[in-house]
Amino acid sequence: MKLLRTFVLPRIIQYLVVIFIGITLTFLIPRLSPINPVDNAVGRLSAFQTMAPEATVALRESLMDLYGLDGSLLEQYFSFWKRVLTFDLGPSFTVFPTPVSKLIGSSIGWTIGLLSLSIILAWVLGLILGTLAGFFPNSWWARTLENSLIVIYPIPYYIVAFVLLMAFTYYLPIFPLVGGSKGAPGFTWSYISSLLYYGFLPALSLILGGVAFRFIISKALTSTERSSDYVRFAEMAALPKHKILFSYLIRNTLLPQVTDLGLSLGLIFEGALITEAVYGYPGLGTLLLGAINSADYNIIMGITLLSIIGIATASLLVDLSYPLIDPRVRYS
Amino acid sequence: MKTIFGLFRYSPSFRIGAIILMFVVTLLIMSFFSPYKPDKRRVVPRNEPPSAEFVLGTNSQGQDVFWMLTFAIRNSLLVAGLAVGIGRGIGVFLGLISGYLGGTWDRILSGIVDSFIVIPRLPLLILIAAIVRGQMTLIGLGVLLGFLDWSFPSKRYRAQILSLKEREFTQTAIFSGMHTFKIVVQEHLPFIIPFLLADVVSGFLFAIGMEVTLAVFGLADMNSQTIGTMIYWGNYYQALLTNKIWVLAAPVGASIVVVVGFYLVSVGLTTYLDPRTRLTRLQVKG
Repeated sequence: MKLLRTFVLPRIIQYLVVIFIGITLTFLIPRLSPINPVDNAVGRLSAFQTMAPEATVALRESLMDLYGLDGSLLEQYFSFWKRVLTFDLGPSFTVFPTPVSKLIGSSIGWTIGLLSLSIILAWVLGLILGTLAGFFPNSWWARTLENSLIVIYPIPYYIVAFVLLMAFTYYLPIFPLVGGSKGAPGFTWSYISSLLYYGFLPALSLILGGVAFRFIISKALTSTERSSDYVRFAEMAALPKHKILFSYLIRNTLLPQVTDLGLSLGLIFEGALITEAVYGYPGLGTLLLGAINSADYNIIMGITLLSIIGIATASLLVDLSYPLIDPRVRYS
Repeated sequence: MKTIFGLFRYSPSFRIGAIILMFVVTLLIMSFFSPYKPDKRRVVPRNEPPSAEFVLGTNSQGQDVFWMLTFAIRNSLLVAGLAVGIGRGIGVFLGLISGYLGGTWDRILSGIVDSFIVIPRLPLLILIAAIVRGQMTLIGLGVLLGFLDWSFPSKRYRAQILSLKEREFTQTAIFSGMHTFKIVVQEHLPFIIPFLLADVVSGFLFAIGMEVTLAVFGLADMNSQTIGTMIYWGNYYQALLTNKIWVLAAPVGASIVVVVGFYLVSVGLTTYLDPRTRLTRLQVKG
């Protein structure tokens, strides 16, 4: 019960604050800008055809209504919240009148699949490699690995993805240029293998950066833990090395890694958006790129809202899994 | 100054990083001596591969890629510098307030800061950039990036101040009747400044990465040369399909060199700041 009050409840309040700030920001940003998206849209539409003045006015009014730009700022704010809570994000502008929520729904599965797979792989790989490298800091492979990952880590996601794309679809054409899969969806070998084949490069470019980041952190943590008393005692007691490593050391380095995963989810998600746009992978990133190019504000806004809510929820779940890993939180 | 020389001698990553950054700065300075204006087209023969005359070749618009790159580095660093200045300004300010005042102020500010850390910045940035599309300037982009990059630094400064406040020498200073302002300036600032330095470097990494990303989406100031816009226009004019790899290789290579240089410098600084390694170094000296 105490755990609920001191740990779970503050975390949930924090979560609600995040959602509130995020949604308020997405509401305010377009309204604070000097440019009216509706006038922009009307301008683009009437550029290609001549319209009667009444028709233009009617069009403008119905757009104002669709975008939720009627009434005072406060009224708009409340109706915005109502629409967010009912997942009604309005129609898309380019593929009118398909609702934005439907477009997002059809591409979010790709993003979640790509993202969860590469987060898990990168986290596990980076953790294992980093811990091993921190435990055996003077071996040649640890140093080679560290030096190469330190160079990869700071390179922006876009550049990594773009270089891989150039190398493996253009110079060595072994992977496909765009797309997410081939053939009819189903539980057949050909479909699943094409899924892996198309997803390999996007996942690889996300995993590279993720592994490098996790490696650097877990190596630093491990070398700190390694010099602590309990490891020295265990070594003096001649416990086997693998036992020290897996039963004692890794458990102690794991906790900061979990906190960090919660905090870095947003960054990884941004990476996924960029990577998808580079590879034309049919997820949110590609949808977003298309929406930017056609100035489809409703889609951009929908993706912004969704990513804020999604990231906040995911990091809440990561934080709430804390007591499962750390007995100190559980029994405090 | 002495610290920098010390770092140069003891930390290999700082040494390599500093040499790379010096090279980058040389390129930046060379942009002031460019024989061509940055946005002028058809000043050299088109589509020339790299040669003695055109070090990095020329593009399909008749621009010299090497001189374009010097302008791109200058503009990218300008945007990043502005972003870092504003972001750290807000971050340091909030961090100091919540660290020193403590209590209710601290709780409210930390709550807000923690919320901003979780909110993904790229979608917000894209939303803003898409709305002011076409009217974005380099300065505007820098300011915008700055306003989105203050939450992490602020959290770190707060932690730093909280730990400084608990140290023994602070207590000694208070008991010996030292004025609070004097304690902050004379005793705490020397600890904060090297920390700020490392933080500034990581801010540069964020801003350069974001600038490249926005430009590639076509949302930055597309008329200026930056590393990102060079990649965008290279793709736009089909540099890959027409087999003019040098047009794209130059900005891609430049971005890698710049970020790796900054990162190595920050690794060197962080190792230097770590009290444990500092202690061993002092013992070696003493």
